Amino acid sequence: MIISENSHTATMALLPSFRTIITRFYRPTKPPPQLIFSSLLFPKKLSSLFPLPPKPQPLKPLASTRQETSFVSNRDERLVGLGSVNDGGSIETQSSTSTIAAIVTSLGGPPAAVGIVRLSGPNAVDIAGRVFSPAKKKKGFDSGSGSWKPKSHIVEYGVVLDSQGNVVDEVLAVPMLAPKSYTREDVVELQCHGSEVCLRRVLKACLEAGARLAEPGEFTLRAFLNGRLDLSQAENVGKLISAKSVAAADAALAGMQGGFSTLVRSLRGQCIELLTEIEARLDFEDEMPPLDVNIIMDSIHAMSQDVEHALETANYDKLLQSGLQIAIVGRPNVGKSSLLNAWSKSERAIVTEIAGTTRDVVEASVSVAGVAVTLLDTAGIRETDDIVEKIGVERSEAVAMGADVIIMTVSAIDGWTLEDTKLVERIRSNMGSASIPMILVINKIDCASSACSDWVNREAKLFSKHVFTCAITGQGIHDLEKSILEIVGLDKIPAGGRRWTVNQRQCEQLMRAKEALVRLKSTIEEELPLDFWTIDLKEAALALGQISGDDISEEILSNIFGKFCIGK
Amino acid sequence: MSILSVHLSRLTRHHFPFSSLLFPSSRPYYHACAPSRRNLRFSVIKRFPFRCICSFPATNSIADRNRNVEVGEEKYDVIVVGGGHAGCEAALASARLGAKTLLLTLNIDRIAWQPCNPAVGGLAKSQLVHEVDALGGEIGKVADRCYLQKRVLNVSRGPAVRALRAQTDKREYAMQMKNVVESTPNLSIREAMVTDILLGKNDNVEGVCTFFGMNFYAPAVILTTGTFMSGKIWVGRTSMPAGRAGESASHGLTENLQRLGFESDRLKTGTPARVDCRTVDFSVLEPQLGDEEVSWFSFDPDFHIEKEQMCCYLTRTTKSTHQLIKDNLHETPTYGGWVEAKGPRYCPSIEDKIVRFQDKESHQIFLEPEGRTVPELYVQGFSTGLPERLQLPLLRTLPGLENCSMLRPAYAVEYDYLPAHQCSRSLMTKKIDGLFFSGQINGTTGYEEAAAQGIISGINAARHSDGKPLIVLERESSYIGTLIDDLVTKDLREPYRMLTSRSEHRLLLRSDNADSRLTPLGREIGLIDDRRWKIYQDKQARISDEKKRLKTVRISGGDLAADVSHFSGQPVKESSTLESLLKKPHIEYKLLDKHGFGNEMLSRTEKECVEIDIKYEGFIIRQRNQLQQMVHQQHRRLPEDLDYYAMTTLSLEAREKLSKVRPQTIGQASRVGGVSPADITALMIILETKRRKAQEVRRHQIRASVMVDTVENLSDTLTEAVGTHKCG
Repeated sequence: MIISENSHTATMALLPSFRTIITRFYRPTKPPPQLIFSSLLFPKKLSSLFPLPPKPQPLKPLASTRQETSFVSNRDERLVGLGSVNDGGSIETQSSTSTIAAIVTSLGGPPAAVGIVRLSGPNAVDIAGRVFSPAKKKKGFDSGSGSWKPKSHIVEYGVVLDSQGNVVDEVLAVPMLAPKSYTREDVVELQCHGSEVCLRRVLKACLEAGARLAEPGEFTLRAFLNGRLDLSQAENVGKLISAKSVAAADAALAGMQGGFSTLVRSLRGQCIELLTEIEARLDFEDEMPPLDVNIIMDSIHAMSQDVEHALETANYDKLLQSGLQIAIVGRPNVGKSSLLNAWSKSERAIVTEIAGTTRDVVEASVSVAGVAVTLLDTAGIRETDDIVEKIGVERSEAVAMGADVIIMTVSAIDGWTLEDTKLVERIRSNMGSASIPMILVINKIDCASSACSDWVNREAKLFSKHVFTCAITGQGIHDLEKSILEIVGLDKIPAGGRRWTVNQRQCEQLMRAKEALVRLKSTIEEELPLDFWTIDLKEAALALGQISGDDISEEILSNIFGKFCIGK
Repeated sequence: MSILSVHLSRLTRHHFPFSSLLFPSSRPYYHACAPSRRNLRFSVIKRFPFRCICSFPATNSIADRNRNVEVGEEKYDVIVVGGGHAGCEAALASARLGAKTLLLTLNIDRIAWQPCNPAVGGLAKSQLVHEVDALGGEIGKVADRCYLQKRVLNVSRGPAVRALRAQTDKREYAMQMKNVVESTPNLSIREAMVTDILLGKNDNVEGVCTFFGMNFYAPAVILTTGTFMSGKIWVGRTSMPAGRAGESASHGLTENLQRLGFESDRLKTGTPARVDCRTVDFSVLEPQLGDEEVSWFSFDPDFHIEKEQMCCYLTRTTKSTHQLIKDNLHETPTYGGWVEAKGPRYCPSIEDKIVRFQDKESHQIFLEPEGRTVPELYVQGFSTGLPERLQLPLLRTLPGLENCSMLRPAYAVEYDYLPAHQCSRSLMTKKIDGLFFSGQINGTTGYEEAAAQGIISGINAARHSDGKPLIVLERESSYIGTLIDDLVTKDLREPYRMLTSRSEHRLLLRSDNADSRLTPLGREIGLIDDRRWKIYQDKQARISDEKKRLKTVRISGGDLAADVSHFSGQPVKESSTLESLLKKPHIEYKLLDKHGFGNEMLSRTEKECVEIDIKYEGFIIRQRNQLQQMVHQQHRRLPEDLDYYAMTTLSLEAREKLSKVRPQTIGQASRVGGVSPADITALMIILETKRRKAQEVRRHQIRASVMVDTVENLSDTLTEAVGTHKCG
């Protein structure tokens, strides 16, 4: 379709009297070029003779413009229903159509009570509706279809659900509809619990529901582009953003420690290498030896693994910052406090023979493979009438729910008891659908008869791992640490760790690369034609290039020419 | 968005008739002498009834026309300089749009000559040919008429990279195209060597001046000079001025263009030797046959006439070939160092191949017939700069050619081109209004690339002379758009050849959908007549009906289901739609045909379209979504008067490159070499700041003018009131 930029002719069409003006006053002896002619239409002289409408003409001064132009975009009549791709004429007014999301409160310090995830963009309400479920269902609200219709600036209470429908956090949703918002777009702020884990989970849910992670400063940029900030502020924003984008584009890697940038560059290099091989075969059919699919699959596999490792590192990185919380639970007097003392090599918890000694939650810090681990010793969980102990039990259960890993301790002397079964059931039911990994620790192994193996084998199936310990001698603590590392996925990190930081943006691009590689594998497995391999390979290279700030197309071409003998 | 643009396009359509209505005396001549334009008008009139009221300017223009004849000047709407593949398409498009067109060529007998490879199409190039045809161009039709052999390349590598290649009969091709050019109304041909451009007062073109002192006038001029501008051919160390072997070069034009401020540079290309087929021993060579089922470039079935096919042959370089070249490298222009112009990397001479890829023991060489009635064979892949005395011994190192005789030696040609960043994407030059460049003058190589530029410049020259908006094909709309966008943004220093990898979204730019992408545009422009439009619409209707049918027809069990699960290795559910079967791996429409579930009403290509649309729907949608996200940002327009040097937030290199290329959109700016993503962000910030400032200023002005208006209106009303009062 032809899109005309210029309403020039329309204006004149509305003024039929012009025709007479022209024929009467302007009789050229020789047809002048169009441009000169039309420029004669609006000189000051004419307008004084024939009063033009006083409104300014929607004309650019012809001296500086040349001829108007129609732009033809991609359109395929066969693809009806898929929407047509074109720019229309209105781009100037709509600079942003995507909906962005980010954690807007600061991270990294001690956890604040409240943290905020902000969504901004035309689909902010839709996306919020997909993840947010208000506690009081209003009439007509259906969380499945995402038809949340909030009133602007009215706070709603509810929960955020992830894509599987699990509750992620309790939140307050604050809708601020356009234009009464910071960015002058629809904005929804989700006020979550302040811990980093909560915030990241909520953000992830939003991204999964269709939002894009905001670039640094993008909310402010939008506020500026949408006229929320005035001109004097805008100049400053301009400087700010350009400084930030320089950092984001080419120094995103350079600023970081070497390891990660090397990895990303090498991965991207491999993608481009593969693309080069494939593209050369597509553009120069006859002159290339056939591709070896096995070699390609191997290298894709290796690349996926590298991406996977980088993502694991991201995970490790997060753990480095926030640490692990491990709750030790169990019946009274199974040696929980002894375990904590032995592990932390301290006398942090009071240990007696009396069941129910520990009434409150006792904390101790240890370091496991460089990760700060907070051990939480809890009151033994049992039915009790003692008011203090009762509160302690409730706290134990709450702590268990908030932990990253739960250690369920039993005594080898007593074996598996009915109380143990009840306790585990209770924890599991409290957990609901969120699954916190549980490790079974069989303590006091030194005092046990050798006949405990059959119940251990039976019950251990319900746990992620089981470990035998003796809190008094410290036996088994090492095994316990190993099990924990395995459960949180840190066992693959080499000793010493990879000391690089992967931020959320990079993590998102790594995910994108990973998904592209997964799709690529299935494309190859389904034996789709060679051309289709390039689509996801390009996607992966683009995602990795986003991290390193490079562009690809020209590079592939020069590679083709440099590497292969092609051409006729 | 899509609604908005439809709306806009409607507006535009309505404007065209008005605009020509309002400029009657500026276009005085074609009304009197343009029968085809009348026909074209007719269809316009049907759509826009109010067009009829413009009858009076026609009488006016006849008078004007007569006066012009008296003066004795040659006046046209469009002048095309050069009769090659760009020139022919340009002249045809322009004349068919009703512009009175003059084609100036050095030699009428060499119109549409194929000086190098006697072939049309090939990888990525065939997409260009299909696209030109979909817009209403000629190259596809002529190639379909004159083919000696046709093959579809990359058959198994995906629908987007599939390509049709035709060996053509060189003489028949030139003759057919010449016939078309000669018989097209509004189109005159004249032999002339253009040496200068005539300028008007406003940096606009007014015509051309020839060597023998003739002036031809037109408000639009297209230069398609090919390899002729200061052309020089080389065989070994010996050179002579020539556009190609046996044809004189054109002199003087480059200097005059330079004087107008155009930057020019030199490029080089070459053509291999021709051997006599009667002296070749084909028995030792591997024959290469054409496809049994012939495919077509043109979407017009009237041109689908099957012919008997000829055979090509395959031979290889040998150890002695390589030795001979290595021993004589100093005798070649590139390695001897007496030609500096750059040749194309993807069309390397045989000595280039051997030097750069030392580990490759042998290179493929194709022997291709140049026609049905001539003994000449084109030795593809064997162009060389060696002196003539070494060329025959070199040819004789190839198996099958041991006793061959050489009819024409290989030669290289050096020529002037004008780096195309001096053009905007309409192919009109930025400096001179109404002056267009097309083909090798823009630094491309290949007939198809030339034709693609030719049709666009022809369309735009005609529109320019008619005061209509110029047409720009966006990069993602077509290979034509990609080609032109690359030419005008990238600082190319070697001949540019189309490759599929140049397009970021090639899955959307396939041969099979070239018509559904571009024929509606061709129709809107006025190059697709009613007959062709009906063929197009019927085809689309059949395809869309068939897709609906496949969605609704279900099968349970039976032979088809068994075959499908056998070939795809996937189970077939009860009551599966035919569509879902077609989506399974390795299942083609042919299988439906085999079991009687196909649709007899559809042609082979239509079935292919259906199959592609269904089979790759997921990928197509994904690419489309990616494109949609990208387009939004990329199409933001850049003002033409930006002072990049003043933008201190841009890197120095970006400031320099952007000042030189002067891109029209953000997307183009991002493709200019040396401009980083950070530069683009900075640029957008600057633009936005500027826009806001301008808006602010405008707001003030409006406020001020409204105030004035109010005062004036008040006084008007007062006067009127007084008048009424008097009359009463």
